[in-house]
Order: sequence, then structure tokens, then C-alpha cells
Amino acid sequence: MSDIHANGDVIGAQTGEAGFGDYVALLKPRVMSLVVFTAMVGLLVAPVSVHPFVTFTCVLFIALGGGASGALNMWWDADIDQVMRRTKGRPIPAGRIQRGEALGLGLALSGLSVIMLALAANILAGALLAFTIFFYVVIYSIWLKRSTPQNIVIGGAAGAFPPMIGWVCATGSISVEAVLMFLLIFMWTPPHFWALALFMNSDYEKAGVPMLTVTHGKRVTRNHVLAYTIALVPFALAAGFTSIGGPVYLAVSVLLNAGFLWGAWRIWTRNEITAEADGYATEKAVFKFSLLYLFLHFTAFLVEAALKSYGLGGW
Amino acid sequence: MTIRTEHEIHQRRFGRNLGLGLTLVAFVALVFGLTVVKVTNGDPMRGLMPAHAPAAAPEGQGGNG
Repeated sequence: MSDIHANGDVIGAQTGEAGFGDYVALLKPRVMSLVVFTAMVGLLVAPVSVHPFVTFTCVLFIALGGGASGALNMWWDADIDQVMRRTKGRPIPAGRIQRGEALGLGLALSGLSVIMLALAANILAGALLAFTIFFYVVIYSIWLKRSTPQNIVIGGAAGAFPPMIGWVCATGSISVEAVLMFLLIFMWTPPHFWALALFMNSDYEKAGVPMLTVTHGKRVTRNHVLAYTIALVPFALAAGFTSIGGPVYLAVSVLLNAGFLWGAWRIWTRNEITAEADGYATEKAVFKFSLLYLFLHFTAFLVEAALKSYGLGGW
Repeated sequence: MTIRTEHEIHQRRFGRNLGLGLTLVAFVALVFGLTVVKVTNGDPMRGLMPAHAPAAAPEGQGGNG
């Protein structure tokens, strides 16, 4: 290897020269996929038909707004990300991107996505997207995440807004259907994340994030998983009786809620000795099931909408 | 000793510039597409009409008849 190569390597490491993929990683593409799916469902199940290109544009900019808040979250949480095993490979803790770059990219994309969504759909949709970004970055990341074990409960609202924004893109207003789609994700978030926290405890503890498992212990967290799952059920079922629901949705929802309740019950009946003995198998299974739970609920909304176009579905 | 000017860092920089370039082109195409859809309101022929021209009347109701 020549000196020039050696010097080049040193320079490369010091400047943290990032590739295009690193900037994409700042936008949390995996979280974006959930945003894309739920926003698209919110838009497609609305009773107003939207031109496919406008639909595409709206979903793209809702996703970009989600990505922008992801970049701003990584800017603020760089110190936590450095400590946690799950996040220390992210572009900022890995040294490939500077914190200031993430801040700049996040702010620029936030402005772009809000303005473009307002132009493509309507002002209310743009305003809701702006509020979502503000809520996720300021209320959740900057304020609640490090100060209260209820961080997940309130912060979950940020992830619950996309289907509502999708609905508003099509209809221009907020209705009971949009609110129930919001509540479905909002109420689902706590048991979903607490199931994760039960087997990821050491990471949160190390980073000093006051997750319920860290501040109140796993017994209390198990109680909370069961309580919040019970609280989730009526909202999930209620959506089945609105204009976006129907027999198919209701049947799917009853089965999924029965499964989630059963899982939460099993988590509640276990203790640390039994959980550690099988490597948190139940907690991991319930966490995976909770992902399926949300995905299938929104798929059922889509199925009802598709059936309606053939004169079927709905009540 | 051969001095190679093309270092891995240059490739990464090129990839980043290419990605940004393609993103900008995609954004321009998106704004153009959105403008066409908004102006024509889903009807490609309407975009070709002058802005002051009245919209085509439904069959059987238009004209002087």
C-alpha cells in the first residue's frame, strides 16, 4: 500500500466520509415502511377517490416526513445510540455522519415534506404532518423519552398519525374513522414496546432511558402489558362498526385480539425465573405477534375497501 | 510504486453525488407529474385547452341547440 493510500485511509476515517446509503439510513427506512403502509391504507379506505399519482405523492411525502423525524431523532439521541447495542451501528455513532448533518437533513426534509404534502393534498394534511414531526422530535425524543417511563405511551401518538394524515389527504377533514385508526396504533404501541423492553432491558438500562422495566421493574411492566392490551381491544373492535369496517374486519379483529390477549395473559402469568429459563420465548413471540396484529388489522381495512368496490363488504 | 488517484473515498463520494443527482431528477419528475395531474384534473385533454375556455358541456346539453 502506498503512503497516499495510507494517508487517504486516515483522512477517510477522520472525515467520516459517508455514502448515500448512510443518509438513507438516517431516515430509518424500516420505520418508514410502517408509515408508508398505514398512511396508504388511511388514504385508500377513505370514501373520496384520489388520483393514483396524487396518492403516490401523498404517501411519499408522509413517509419522507417520517424519515425527517427519524433523522432529527438520531441527531438528538446520538449519545444514547452510542451506548445501545441495537443502535451503535447507526451512521452518527459509527462516525460516518456528523450530528449537524443529521440536523440539517432532518430540518430540510421536514420543511420539504410538509410543504409538498400541503400542495399535493391540502393544508390540514400538511399541518398534521408538521405536528407529527414536532410531536416525535420535541415532545417524545427531546422531552419525554429521557424523563418519564410513560414515554412510550404518549410518544406512540407520533406513530399513530400517518393513517389519519392519509385519510385527511383524501377527505380534507378528520372523522371518527380516522380517529379510530389513530387510536388503534396509539393503544397498540405500549404493549408492543413493553414486550420488547422485557427482553431488551439491559440495553435501555445501560443507556439510562427510563423504560418502565428500568424504573418500575419487570413485574410492573408485565401488569402494564396486560392492562394496555385489554384497553386496546374495544378500540380495535369499534373500528369494525364504522364505514371502514365490516364483517371481514370484525372477524379478523376478534381473532387477533383474542390472540393478543392470550399472549398478554401469558406474559402476565410468568415471572423472571420462568422467562430467563426459556430465553424470554413468550415475550419474543408476543412481540412478533404484535407486529402481525397491526399489519393484519390494516390489511383487513384494505380488504373491506376492495370488497366495497365490488358491491360487497361493509355493513 | 504506482500512485493511484482513484481511492475508495472517491468512489463513495461519486456514489453519494450520483444518488443525490438521481434524487433531484426524481423530485423534478414528481413535481412535473403532480402539476400535470393538478392542472388537467385527471383529464389529459383539459390541459391543452386555454384557461378561459369553458369546460366541454355534457352531450345533449351543449351548443346552441
